Amino acid sequence: MGMRKEIKKWFIVFLIIWVLIADLPFLFMAFTSFKTQMDLLTGAVWELPKQPTFSNYLTVFKGNFISYFKNSVIAVSLSVVLILLISSMSAYVFARAKFKFNNALYSLIIAGMAIPIHVTLIPIYLLTKRIGVYDNIFGLIGPYVALSLPMSVFILTEFMREIPVEFEEAAKIDGCSFFRIYSNIILPLSRPALITVAIYNGTYLWNEFIFALVLTSSPSKRTLPLGIWDFQGQYGSDIPAIMAFLTLSLLPMLIAYILGQDKIIKGMMAGAVKG
Amino acid sequence: MTKAKDHSISEKLGIVLFLLPTLIFIGIYIVYPIIMSFWLSFYEWDGISPKKEFVKFKNWSALFTDSVFWHSLTNNIKIIILSLLIQIPLAILIAIIIDRGGKKFDIFKSLFYLPMLMSSVAIGVLFKYVYDPQFGLISAILNLLHLENLAKDWLGDPSIALYSVIAVICWQYIPFYMIFFIAAISNIPQELYEAAKIDGATQTQYFWKIEIPLLLPSIKTACILSLIGSLKYFDLIYVMTEGGPAGATELMATYMYKNAFASFKMGYGSTIASAMFIIITTAGLIAYFATRQKEA
Repeated sequence: MGMRKEIKKWFIVFLIIWVLIADLPFLFMAFTSFKTQMDLLTGAVWELPKQPTFSNYLTVFKGNFISYFKNSVIAVSLSVVLILLISSMSAYVFARAKFKFNNALYSLIIAGMAIPIHVTLIPIYLLTKRIGVYDNIFGLIGPYVALSLPMSVFILTEFMREIPVEFEEAAKIDGCSFFRIYSNIILPLSRPALITVAIYNGTYLWNEFIFALVLTSSPSKRTLPLGIWDFQGQYGSDIPAIMAFLTLSLLPMLIAYILGQDKIIKGMMAGAVKG
Repeated sequence: MTKAKDHSISEKLGIVLFLLPTLIFIGIYIVYPIIMSFWLSFYEWDGISPKKEFVKFKNWSALFTDSVFWHSLTNNIKIIILSLLIQIPLAILIAIIIDRGGKKFDIFKSLFYLPMLMSSVAIGVLFKYVYDPQFGLISAILNLLHLENLAKDWLGDPSIALYSVIAVICWQYIPFYMIFFIAAISNIPQELYEAAKIDGATQTQYFWKIEIPLLLPSIKTACILSLIGSLKYFDLIYVMTEGGPAGATELMATYMYKNAFASFKMGYGSTIASAMFIIITTAGLIAYFATRQKEA
């Protein structure tokens, strides 16, 4: 679309100001992570580190970073695998099977999207303690899976409804069972929606804080967002070390984003574009 | 005949088996907790001792006269209003500028998107230090512009802490709504723009008479998302201020968390959680139906 020169100039000025607002904190974070405490105390914020140091990163790795990271990978990947399996099974039923309560049940599960998670927090905490999975990475998986299901079932059901019925009818004539149709026809055809669901839940759970805060307590059992919180509590005055921790924790998302920008955006927006 | 019957039996079994895991997870971790939350709101309990005292509506009447709760609800409402007024218009403006720029502006899109890659916890911790009066980025910028006298203790001063936090919320969510509106704008048929141009419409006319009306459904969706989100804030605020100083940034969720998990008042915590449930669900339903009727 064409633009008049005058307007265009102001647009560009505006965009550059916005780049500064959006990205300066990241530069501040990355620069500070290579400074020594001395640099920070004596130099201006703008000054580059006099001698870039990796010692802050060393401090982070000497702490529990690896363990936090590992726990996050385990909790998130197990949850996402379970979410994909369970929600795709239900979605297949909701999209295709004809039975009395299909629509009512589907609506009920979808209504779960509107539930504020806070109302579930205290009972889930008490339940987790009672069944003995408190302070255990597996204690997180139950709520993670359950709270992700409504949205995931919704996305997959709507997608599967668009798959032409002819594929299954042909398979049925060939004698394919209910389960075979799901695994050999529906699942492969639903790949794009499954990827969206995986990214949506993966990014959401990777950053999840409140359940991990309430359901775990020892550093060796906590996930990365809790690691940031614990580290900040422990090293509150060591700003460069904290910035190193933050920089490291951003890296996985940044790498994922660079590798699959469009897919990541689509996945993250999945929750919003339900209307 | 028998074969067809076998088929329908195995299909029925399949339906049950395929629904069961979802129903179990949702039953245990969503339905049961909601009922339990309301049930616990009628008790006084520390969550540990076997003694759970039934106190009827005591927690609820306490909630109605609890000035901290009302103050935190007011803070939530301030966040809703300011988020709507700042995030949505700015996001639309940025989205439209990027759309007008075409391919050349894709680089801006990527640069603007960065805050969305960071978790709320990381953003909270980062901005604690961005706001630091001594070493922070904000005071450095003010120094650079020779505006030192504008410097404040952004998170430590109760009269401005909430607004400092809201600024971070906007920083975090504007990229989200920006992408949301870029997607919505790309759905507007190019022909409409061509037609408007032929009819001699100016850019401003096109913006107000065509773009904004066509974006209205998306704007409504964004407003509902922002409204519901604002009622649920926890991570960012808890990490930055823990609700302080002096309750200046206390929200319903932080207040609920403190009651249940710092003071071990599980009954009262459940009452706050149940109240949040009622408030958020009602607000969501009102917003949903209000925006729906107008469309019809």
